[in-house]
Amino acid sequence: MEEIFGLIDCNNFYVSCERVFRPDLEGVPVIVLSNNDGCAVARSSEARALGIKMGDPEFKIRDLIKRKNVTVFSSNYALYGSLSAKVSATLLSMVPTIENYSIDESFLNLGEFSEREVEPLARELRERVHRWVGFPTCVGIAPTKTLSKVANFIAKKRPQYRGVCDLRSSRVRAELLSTVPVNEVWGIGAASAAKLAKIGVQTAADLAALDPDNARALLTVTGGRTVYELRGISCMPLELMEPTRKGIAVTRSFGAPVTSWQQMHEAIVSYATRAAEKMRRYKVAAENIFVFMHTSTFNNDPFYSNGASARFSDTTNDTGEVVALAVRLGERLWRNGFRYSKCGVMITELMPETIRQPALWGELDREKRERAWKAMDKLNATLGRDTVRILGAGPREAAWKLRAEHRSPRWTTRWDELPRVHAR
Amino acid sequence: MSLQVVEWAAAWPMVLPYFDGSVPAGFPSPAEDYLETQLDLHDFLIDNKAATFLMRVDGDSMKDAGILDGDLLVVDRAAHPDNGCVVVVAVNGEYTVKRLRRGPDCVWLEPANPLYKAIRVSIGEDLHVFGVVRHAIHTLL
Repeated sequence: MEEIFGLIDCNNFYVSCERVFRPDLEGVPVIVLSNNDGCAVARSSEARALGIKMGDPEFKIRDLIKRKNVTVFSSNYALYGSLSAKVSATLLSMVPTIENYSIDESFLNLGEFSEREVEPLARELRERVHRWVGFPTCVGIAPTKTLSKVANFIAKKRPQYRGVCDLRSSRVRAELLSTVPVNEVWGIGAASAAKLAKIGVQTAADLAALDPDNARALLTVTGGRTVYELRGISCMPLELMEPTRKGIAVTRSFGAPVTSWQQMHEAIVSYATRAAEKMRRYKVAAENIFVFMHTSTFNNDPFYSNGASARFSDTTNDTGEVVALAVRLGERLWRNGFRYSKCGVMITELMPETIRQPALWGELDREKRERAWKAMDKLNATLGRDTVRILGAGPREAAWKLRAEHRSPRWTTRWDELPRVHAR
Repeated sequence: MSLQVVEWAAAWPMVLPYFDGSVPAGFPSPAEDYLETQLDLHDFLIDNKAATFLMRVDGDSMKDAGILDGDLLVVDRAAHPDNGCVVVVAVNGEYTVKRLRRGPDCVWLEPANPLYKAIRVSIGEDLHVFGVVRHAIHTLL
């Protein structure tokens, strides 16, 4: 059977999510800021028209925001994750096999449908996501993943396609690939595009015409694969299993500079707690741990940056053990007199939880502790994050915590934040 | 008024009855062959999980339809907004709950309380229906 891929992508996903429960925001400029309210990571088309760029720092556009009455949101990942899950469930109601590629894009296996069914199906899918969840999407259809991404790009940028672009026919591809800049091809970043420009490769069609060996020499093995994919030869199947995790990182910029060890200690304890919680969720355990901290590079504060790693005597995902070692590393890194802007706790070597070696002593104690941590995870999962915290993690509203001043309610995941419907 | 008693699911979410065939001793349960799953309120309340949203009522304009201030609404975005359905609809940039009535050349958004007026939406005007209200859950205790 011939492979046919679909790529469905939600337009301005974060902004679309913010609009679902706010009909008043239809047609007005809206932006969503990154973690810590740093810079714009999503813009409505109206905000884009005002000249707000992806990645613009908030302080640089503050004036424009005020003048043009732009509605600003902090990222609300609880909402985005929940609506993304609803989109996936909607897709699965029509297409049995999908790969959730990112929070706002999924690959679809359309090879199971007859040739003539595919395009109407894609239109119906768009319609369904719009009705059931509430936001606009675009679909690209093609014999390879890379081409389905190109098709999606065309569907999104060119209104005449009404949201669906079908690149199954080689005749259509010959016509359209030459209109797509090469840096819009999946996997071709700015650096690759610059290398390609030097040899005269400007468009997706130029890249498809390149000798795959040349492409490999220039852009490593993925470059060669991209050429084949652009020619309609599928090299990348749907990935249906979640790849096993290689590492876990909990790193965040502080809401306000950290100047005391007590604050840094709180941050390290809470990041290490989160790392241990994640390990238990994915049923993995740490072999080692890496902690780092640094000051800001964007101002004239004296600069300091340092990191240190250590190994656990036994692999573990015990919050107490992870926190203890992270704090000891943190103590070693800490220097007085600096204004720290960020720290992080990373687990770079993970083992499956099950093949953990038994400890030499204290095995009973360990089981008891495991039960306690699992109970804590359960409480935090049902009653909300940070309901149960360990003592060193500091107050819930500490100054070093992320800024999220414009976060919308968690409309779909909290009983006390449900949207209100007027009956007045 | 007669009440029909149904078996009630005490735990939420659904509890699957645990059954292990290899019980070594004792009398087999006479219910063994009739084991069924417990009733789950989800099955009763939610027709289409992906398209269902929960919302909270604020006000009394729908009280004669049995929708009271503070009630929890189970809103289905996949259901078709037929004539006579209670819907969540955007009015002046806000979601409100109304009964939908189709007229010959317009749609009426009707309250269910004589103190409020119906809203007329002419054919051709923008009508943004969020979803159809399937249930209004009123909590007593």
